[in-house]
Amino acid sequence: MRVLMFGWEFPPHIAGGLGTACKGIVEGLAYNGVETIFVMPKASGDEDQRCTRIINASDVAVAYRCTSDVDEFINMVKFISVDSNIVPYVNPDEYFQAIEKMKREYSTSSTIGFGQKFNFSGKYGANLLEEVSRYAQVAATIAMEHSAEFDLIHAHDWLTYLAGIAAKEITGKPLVVHVHATSFDRGTDDMVDSRVYAIEKRGMEVANRVVTVSDLTRNIVINKYGIDPGKVVTVHNAVDFSGREDMDVHRGVREKVVTFLGRITYQKGPEYFIEAAAKVLKRTSNVRFVMAGSGDMMERAVRQVARLGIADRFHFTGFLKGNDVQRMFALSDVYIMPSVSEPFGISPLEAMRTNVPSIISKQSGAAEVLTYALKVDFWDVDTLADQIYALVTYPALSAFAAREGMAEVNNIKWNNATVKLKEIYQTLL
Amino acid sequence: MSKSICLFFELNQPVRLRSYKFFDIGKDSHYYDPFASRTEVRKMVQRCYLPANAILLDAIRRSNGAVKVAFSMPGTAIEQLERYAPDVMDSFRELAQTGCVEFLCETYFHSISSLISEQEFRHQVEKHRECVASVFGQTPQCFRNTDFIYSNHIGKMVYDMGFNTVLAEGGKHVMGWQSPNWLYRNPVEKGQTLLLRNYSLSDDISLRFSDRSWNEWPLSAEKYVSWIEQAEGDIVNLFMDYETLGHFNPAESGILEFFKSFLARVVENENLEFTTPSEAVRNFKPVAEISIAEPESWLNEERDISDWLGNDLQTEASNKLYSLIENLSVLGRDDLWSDFGALQDADLLYYMSSRFFKKEARMRWNSPYETPYDAFINYMNVLSDLIIRVNNAMNER
Repeated sequence: MRVLMFGWEFPPHIAGGLGTACKGIVEGLAYNGVETIFVMPKASGDEDQRCTRIINASDVAVAYRCTSDVDEFINMVKFISVDSNIVPYVNPDEYFQAIEKMKREYSTSSTIGFGQKFNFSGKYGANLLEEVSRYAQVAATIAMEHSAEFDLIHAHDWLTYLAGIAAKEITGKPLVVHVHATSFDRGTDDMVDSRVYAIEKRGMEVANRVVTVSDLTRNIVINKYGIDPGKVVTVHNAVDFSGREDMDVHRGVREKVVTFLGRITYQKGPEYFIEAAAKVLKRTSNVRFVMAGSGDMMERAVRQVARLGIADRFHFTGFLKGNDVQRMFALSDVYIMPSVSEPFGISPLEAMRTNVPSIISKQSGAAEVLTYALKVDFWDVDTLADQIYALVTYPALSAFAAREGMAEVNNIKWNNATVKLKEIYQTLL
Repeated sequence: MSKSICLFFELNQPVRLRSYKFFDIGKDSHYYDPFASRTEVRKMVQRCYLPANAILLDAIRRSNGAVKVAFSMPGTAIEQLERYAPDVMDSFRELAQTGCVEFLCETYFHSISSLISEQEFRHQVEKHRECVASVFGQTPQCFRNTDFIYSNHIGKMVYDMGFNTVLAEGGKHVMGWQSPNWLYRNPVEKGQTLLLRNYSLSDDISLRFSDRSWNEWPLSAEKYVSWIEQAEGDIVNLFMDYETLGHFNPAESGILEFFKSFLARVVENENLEFTTPSEAVRNFKPVAEISIAEPESWLNEERDISDWLGNDLQTEASNKLYSLIENLSVLGRDDLWSDFGALQDADLLYYMSSRFFKKEARMRWNSPYETPYDAFINYMNVLSDLIIRVNNAMNER
């Protein structure tokens, strides 16, 4: 079985979780005997190709004139310049850098014709929608050139759905779209970008199967996009911990450390974490809180902490990169993910893997697979505070949750998750 | 000689803790949720206690006392019934007066103290014996422990307190090839007789009666009585939860009609008769010794004690609780003893069992908590408050 896969990024150069997940998926599929060709807008050449063959869309000359069908949807998104609110995975620092870089590098002609190449940025920049539509044009060419080398098409997230549709239209092979996040996880219900929504919906409708990363996301796909439940299947995310070493850290503080790590945005629920912290601090002094990350609600978070008068016990680290993320986990006694909406949420798995017990919101996909994380409704600040207090106060609880949690996440493997994916493929052939 | 059927029902209402957050620790020492207790008790009154009691009373009268049955209910359940269901208590007193109903002794607080503290265990057994005597007008002669927790040693402890008869689980792992349908002796106290539960025939009613995937479904009283007739031995011990009648098997399953018909058929049957545990010990002789070295219970497949003390959360909670005994003895304050007793309710530990990490288990076994974590956290918050009260009282001395 061979799959043509459209992604947007692939490690080592990644801005978010999508690339990491794609790598896990192609590796897991390889383990299960499924070959993949992985297409991405801009490959750097240092991607790990042991488990997949990578095609760099920037190297491909458009050799195919789009049919009217494909033109139709391409027209739909052509020439739209957008602001960055739709950007799903990027953090503010990288966003800023990306914009600057693009201003320097990017010059565009609005159409590409026969025999032309298109130099993708492969980022999540301001011309994202345009890149998405060009990606579809190039995808059509790639699909034609390699049509003998794959049995079906698999597209990851809305950025690649048009590419997936183009490939399907041209080759007639079945399409699977993989929903890692939806517009509803990026904005609030009344702040959804209608252009992105349209692409998502179209991708899901054209697809033969829609794979979602959690039942939570599956429900969104069914209810908010009106997709036939019969073709929407959940394949929970997994995580690859291979090659990760345990980190020895020196702790500077005696108190227990309770950590929030992620983008400080509405969806991640930072204000609930802060409120809970204030409640816990009223009862015990044996604890410190850390908010690691950056985001558009950062300033508001700092003001909230100041207003509550807990700044001596509540610390901000700013955006953490690379090893600092690991170090932060290693320094923590409790990890909190109070997300308002989280399609999956891999960070508690990483925390638990580092032997840190986690509290996660019931509104996260991870809650569906993590038996040994403590769970709470994101809005239920009293219970969240109660759970934090319990984990820092009752050693039997934290020891139990850490031990069982570590054993649990060590068993959430892509090799197992992709078995289900393979079964889905088989139903389409 | 005809074969005897010993019918025994456990009636329990667990202690229900309110949602007790850490904010309350040291500030608010009201731990219980009377509204939930009242709601649950009244639900059972309607579904089970009143209709089943009426069936028993009627059957006893019709049969001129040939229908006999034994009950056990911990003091914590009796307290709740007195408070929320005096009608049911009246009905039980009426049953007690027929002379056909025997009330057994257990731990007052439905606790697992027999596994942890002999001092506390003895105290609770005495307290319960007095309670049953004053409420039902009969001093219990037979003992059965919380959820049939039993071992040779537990048998010995209650033997020392005057109980020559104990009801226990006849699980496969202790019985081996032997049948539970005879009386047995405790090898440590040879004067003590054991009645062992026939789990297969008991579970046919309590677990399988309304299970439509069971190949014997639907179970008629006629068929069931014929199974009992075919069983070898002197006595068939049918021990189950009282809630089996009308709750675990809902009224729509026909369980109450089945029960009524079952009682009538046994009375009519020349080869069968009902017996109370005390009568059984008078009528039959133990055939052999049976040694139960490790504590067993009637819970689940394993029939061991791992549902109360199977993980670190449970051992921690129970260690912290029972570590209070010494100070409580010094203080001798009724209010502290009473909360200490209530917190010993085995169900509170049971909710922390790892089995409840599975959603299906929660639906089936009816834990009020979503996960064992929630159960543990709530419990430890309450216990922390009690510990503070005990420590404060010690400091004041």
